[in-house]
Amino acid sequence: MTAELGHIALIMAFMMALLQAGFPLAGAQQGVPVWMAIAKPAARAQFLFLLTAFVCLEISFIQNDFSVTYVATNSNSSLPTYYRIAAVWGAHEGSMLLWATILGLWTFAVTLFSRSLSDEMLARVLGVMGLVSIGIQLFILTTSNPFERIVPAPPEGNDLNPLLQDFGMTIHPPMLYMGYVGLSVAFSFAIAALLGGSLDSAWARWSRPWTLVAWIFLTFGIVVGSWWAYYELGWGGWWFWDPVENASFMPWLVATALIHSLAVTEKRGAFKTWTVLLAIFAFSLSLLGTFLVRSGVLTSVHAFASDPARGLFILIFLAVVVGGSLTLYALRAPTVKDSAHYTLFSKENLLLVNNILLVVAAASVLLGTLYPLLLDALGLGKISVGPPYFTAVFAPVMAPIFLLAGMAPMVPWRQGDIKALVKRVAYVFEASLVLGIVLVVTLLDRSDFVTMAGLSMALWLVGSAGLSLYSRVKLRANFWDGLRAQSPSVYGMTLAHLGAAVFLVGVVISNHYSQEKTVKLAPGESVELGPYAFRFQGVKDVVGPNYRAKEGSFQVLKGDSVIAELAPQKRNYKVQRNTMTEAAISPGLLRDLYVAMGEPLDKGAWSVRVYYKPFMRWVWLGGLFMMAGGALAVSDRRYRLMGRRAEASEGAGVVAAS
Amino acid sequence: MRMRFVIPLGVFVIMVVFLGIGLKLDPREVPSPFIGKPAPAFSLPQVASPERTFGDANLKGQVSLFNVWASWCVSCRQEHPFLMQLSKAKVIPIYGLNYKDERDAALGWLEQFGNPYLTSAFDADGRVGINWGVYGVPETFVVDKKGVIRYKQTGPITEQVWTETLFPLIQKLQAEEVGA
Amino acid sequence: MTPRQRRMVMVGAVIAGVAVAAFLGLTAFQKNLLYFYTPSQVSNGEAPKGYPFRVGGLVVQGSVKRMDGVDVKFDVTDGAATVPVTYSGILPDLFREGQGIISIGQMNEQGTFVASEVLAKHDENYMPPEVGDALKKTGQMPINYKDFQK
Repeated sequence: MTAELGHIALIMAFMMALLQAGFPLAGAQQGVPVWMAIAKPAARAQFLFLLTAFVCLEISFIQNDFSVTYVATNSNSSLPTYYRIAAVWGAHEGSMLLWATILGLWTFAVTLFSRSLSDEMLARVLGVMGLVSIGIQLFILTTSNPFERIVPAPPEGNDLNPLLQDFGMTIHPPMLYMGYVGLSVAFSFAIAALLGGSLDSAWARWSRPWTLVAWIFLTFGIVVGSWWAYYELGWGGWWFWDPVENASFMPWLVATALIHSLAVTEKRGAFKTWTVLLAIFAFSLSLLGTFLVRSGVLTSVHAFASDPARGLFILIFLAVVVGGSLTLYALRAPTVKDSAHYTLFSKENLLLVNNILLVVAAASVLLGTLYPLLLDALGLGKISVGPPYFTAVFAPVMAPIFLLAGMAPMVPWRQGDIKALVKRVAYVFEASLVLGIVLVVTLLDRSDFVTMAGLSMALWLVGSAGLSLYSRVKLRANFWDGLRAQSPSVYGMTLAHLGAAVFLVGVVISNHYSQEKTVKLAPGESVELGPYAFRFQGVKDVVGPNYRAKEGSFQVLKGDSVIAELAPQKRNYKVQRNTMTEAAISPGLLRDLYVAMGEPLDKGAWSVRVYYKPFMRWVWLGGLFMMAGGALAVSDRRYRLMGRRAEASEGAGVVAAS
Repeated sequence: MRMRFVIPLGVFVIMVVFLGIGLKLDPREVPSPFIGKPAPAFSLPQVASPERTFGDANLKGQVSLFNVWASWCVSCRQEHPFLMQLSKAKVIPIYGLNYKDERDAALGWLEQFGNPYLTSAFDADGRVGINWGVYGVPETFVVDKKGVIRYKQTGPITEQVWTETLFPLIQKLQAEEVGA
Repeated sequence: MTPRQRRMVMVGAVIAGVAVAAFLGLTAFQKNLLYFYTPSQVSNGEAPKGYPFRVGGLVVQGSVKRMDGVDVKFDVTDGAATVPVTYSGILPDLFREGQGIISIGQMNEQGTFVASEVLAKHDENYMPPEVGDALKKTGQMPINYKDFQK
């Protein structure tokens, strides 16, 4: 029954989405308030039905209802309950339902925090979100129904893919989807503004907090995904530039550009058309990511696209949503006028250059991701594009972004004085350059240009962020008053830029000073890696809920003292007949030690891979800093004031109407 | 309408065209060197009766499907109802290659879900599968009257694959003269 | 600055950015494309000499020989031709005789494929793409190149 209930709830949600899109959009166009008023209740009802559907699927999983095909293929009665809950988004159908539910959640949030919006604008925003809902739910209902029954019901399920039986992987998809789908809010605001012809700075102010929150989730999703890849895959790598990762990274780059561009549009009324275009791009890339991952067009030689109809559906959906938006943009954008005046060297233009660089970076990732498809389509052979391409293209584009991130906060709006700026930052610039080189030469045993440049750049970011904050604080007589007078968004920006510095330090040091060895070790033998020695003590058998494992025991010694005990596993999952390597890691702020077991060789010996990875944690720490910065910026009073002011004007509206 | 505002749309349209072509292509399609070659020789015990054998000679004389399956294979279960339909319709004889399986498990599977195969060969260690270039399960070979492999379907046979690819090919092959 | 000048600066910046990225992209591509060849193509001499490519096929039964330490030798076949492969390191979890694998590396003078990376396919069960996507990241699917940069 539960599955049928879920199916019915999903159909009801689809009906609500039709209502939510149809009447309000028509009403806003024709000026019919009653039609527009349908938007809010329809959106809320839609979310309720989606939630019901989602909960129904959860219940089917928790109760081990293997008569539901999706449950049977992705769960097993020996799977721990926690993973059964997460198994809902372990494969295609369920993750699409999660996508739809999260879209419902964002829509619901818009209905709650929309008091400052005019009725017409709200109707349009919800209407556009309803259109997206219609597309995705139609997709689920026609090609990917998670509630389908299997007759006769198998007695046991096929189990969740062991790779996904892990904490990181259970939270990664929901966070990523919160980010992806959250960008639909900024997108809907942009489309609504284009439809209504009211592309003003109020529109940018409404979009900003929504975009920031989506960006925070997206950042978190990517950080968790990378962390998971690092410890779960047993290779010690944290980013592989594979199409699935790129699919999440491209929207992130564009969303980052969008956040900066929205600031300009809100404060200065400039770049309106560009900002709208970015909002369209950001969500389009989220959809494209979904298409690439779900259609199987980019999956490799042996993965299997089960159903080409799905790919075709998403492609048509993508074409309608993105094609429609870009057509609307082409029609409406020429009428929009930028009122702002600014000179060549101004904050506006520096942010514009930052934007262009971020978009170019996203485009180069897109090119690398789609290139194999392009060549295959032209019949030029089956190829793949590896990380060397991405590193070669990416580093030179990112370097000026970091340089600008240090400068732009100190340049005023409208008109900056390039000479004065150079004078102010010269010391910081020189100091970070010298310090970067000195650090590399003295502290690290091997010096190379990339590390020096990277460290100097990170120091520059830190120094300039400090200088920028200091010069703002200095305006007040008292230092503490000065600190307190700064808005949360200033601190947010500073923290996010510091996050970029922390990330950069992690990347350059872990990339260039990591060491690894693959060796054959018999019990009692040890392998040396830098200042550490890994001693292999033997293997014992371990039994988990749905797997058996060989667990190795390793001692890590530095000098004569044992600094870590590591127990990597080689697991054998019973149902899926999969072997999995579980690496063991000793984490630290300054270094990670990492052991993964290969295969048993003769006489109790194993092939073993050991890593020493300095500053590894900084990569993710940087991401967390950026998120915290975003959160601070969202908490800014200006956005809350906006709500109050709106309440006041709503009251005024009632008075005027009565 | 000024041109620069149309550029994004133009770029997007070109991209969609390529994505559309990409959808038609199969990134997984590994060119099989066996198409057009005589079926590799083998002789294996049958699943149901180990004392009897099944070999490439049995595939000659009529157009047949040679379906690689296993009881541990999830996609085979998905494909199975369609194979049952085909066997009931008696359009074409279906033979099975039971790949890297255990005999009891295989027999249990056939008993529970039905047996669409005239005969299944039992390839426990997968050696015959390798000779046939089997990458995974399910795979299905179309073998013509002379015992030549004419097509390989990778992954489950669906109704669409059947109506669009396999059935037209089979009709053509059935019309071929053996002597020609 | 007049709006017209401003626009010129914007357009100039965009063009410069795109030009630089295109240049970087194209030079990077030239070096970083990895073509896929079957053992038949390799034995016909179609595969490139002197730079890396991917070769895919099934591991021949009984061909896997462990050398001293972590060195391994095995043969890869597509049924029509066979290529000998050597590899030093840990084979993926799902590497087995009779399995489909992809390896990345170069041919040496003796006609042996020296692999820098070996990727094994999940199992013989054809799977839906999302599982494939996840598996690909484990080195059980032929898309990653983590060792390749070294």
